[in-house]
Amino acid sequence: MSEQKPREVLLAPIFANNPIALQILGICSALAITTKMSTTVTMCIAVIFVLTFSNFFVSLIRNIIPSNIRIIVQMTIITALVILVDQVLQAFAFQLSRELSVFVGLIITNCIVMGRAEAFAMQNPPVISAIDGFGNALGYSIVLLIVGFCRELFGSGSVFGVQVMPLSTEGGWYVANGLMLLPPSAFFIIAGFIWVLRTFRVEQLEKEEFEIGPNTRVSPAF
Amino acid sequence: MFEHYLSLFIRAVFVENLALAFFLGMCTFLAISKKVETALGLGIAVVVILTLTVPINNLVLHNFLDEGALAWTGIAALESVDLRFLGLMCYIGLIAAAVQILEMVLDKYVPALYNALGVFLPLITVNCAILGGSLFMVERNYDFGESVVFGFGGGVGWALAIVLLAAIREKLKYSDVPHGLRGLGIVFLITGLMSLGFMSFAGVQL
Repeated sequence: MSEQKPREVLLAPIFANNPIALQILGICSALAITTKMSTTVTMCIAVIFVLTFSNFFVSLIRNIIPSNIRIIVQMTIITALVILVDQVLQAFAFQLSRELSVFVGLIITNCIVMGRAEAFAMQNPPVISAIDGFGNALGYSIVLLIVGFCRELFGSGSVFGVQVMPLSTEGGWYVANGLMLLPPSAFFIIAGFIWVLRTFRVEQLEKEEFEIGPNTRVSPAF
Repeated sequence: MFEHYLSLFIRAVFVENLALAFFLGMCTFLAISKKVETALGLGIAVVVILTLTVPINNLVLHNFLDEGALAWTGIAALESVDLRFLGLMCYIGLIAAAVQILEMVLDKYVPALYNALGVFLPLITVNCAILGGSLFMVERNYDFGESVVFGFGGGVGWALAIVLLAAIREKLKYSDVPHGLRGLGIVFLITGLMSLGFMSFAGVQL
């Protein structure tokens, strides 16, 4: 695996092997915190930090971890990093950390972090692992940012809290779409993202379990 | 008192459904919902683990981690110690341990259930719904009784959601979905619609 190029490792997870759209990893926290751009960006930065360093450290000690307790060791490294992020947020951005509530802690069980540590960092040297972590976190962040942008723009007519489209309730022209602020809209936006992605990248389509045959019946239905 | 617990239970199952309102445990929710049988097995495992771990973590929080919680040791130096920053590590460690112990107990005494659950038991450690349950318990300051009810209710809600999704997916096999949406895309759409459905419980009050 040593011949992997840093550039490929960095760029592949963004569209070709996106963690959310293709690997079904890390969806849990992706959806709940995307109602506003400010929380979305904070979450992205936190995940990029945790994923890059957890991959780096796990890879650093990969040769001395006994394989039957590796999950616990990985978990401890990840938890330590997440506690660091949580404490920093509480100290310097208390309001944001209130809004993110439990979801900072839930980065621990975000499957991307565990998944990459297990699938990549355990077999590769530290630097390339850190790049892989960074790339995967970027792929995750891009989906999150798209979802967050759509939800804030259409849900409250603003981006980063700055009013872009004046709301009708305040004398403007834009009637806010309340659905966008509710949980289900995140599912619809991600479904749309997957649809667009798979339309252009046909190789990502899942294999059919069966084909629906053409209608061969000659008699009328009624 | 009873009404308070009942209202908390109903809220945990329907209004604040862990899967459909807070998106917790989504990875397993989407990946292991192709068949009703496996979904039911996983759902039961989640109910058991949540009912166990949320109260245990509640005890740990109030007896060890909270500010001044160590006063019962009688050592003066420990009376003002605040260990809450260690919370995350304790909760996840306890959850991993609880899962492991449950696995061994089931293997010894209820092999039928153990075989039925199979690989799902170890998987549950990294299910965000479990850790999320404990973190919500901390954030909302539940006492011991409330945390038992909340753990059980949250588990039931999650199990209900995954079984319903699996049932819909089994029927969906025979429908003609647009090509790009097949597989993951349509599952996201269905989950979104289910989530909309569960929102109609929002006004329920007891």
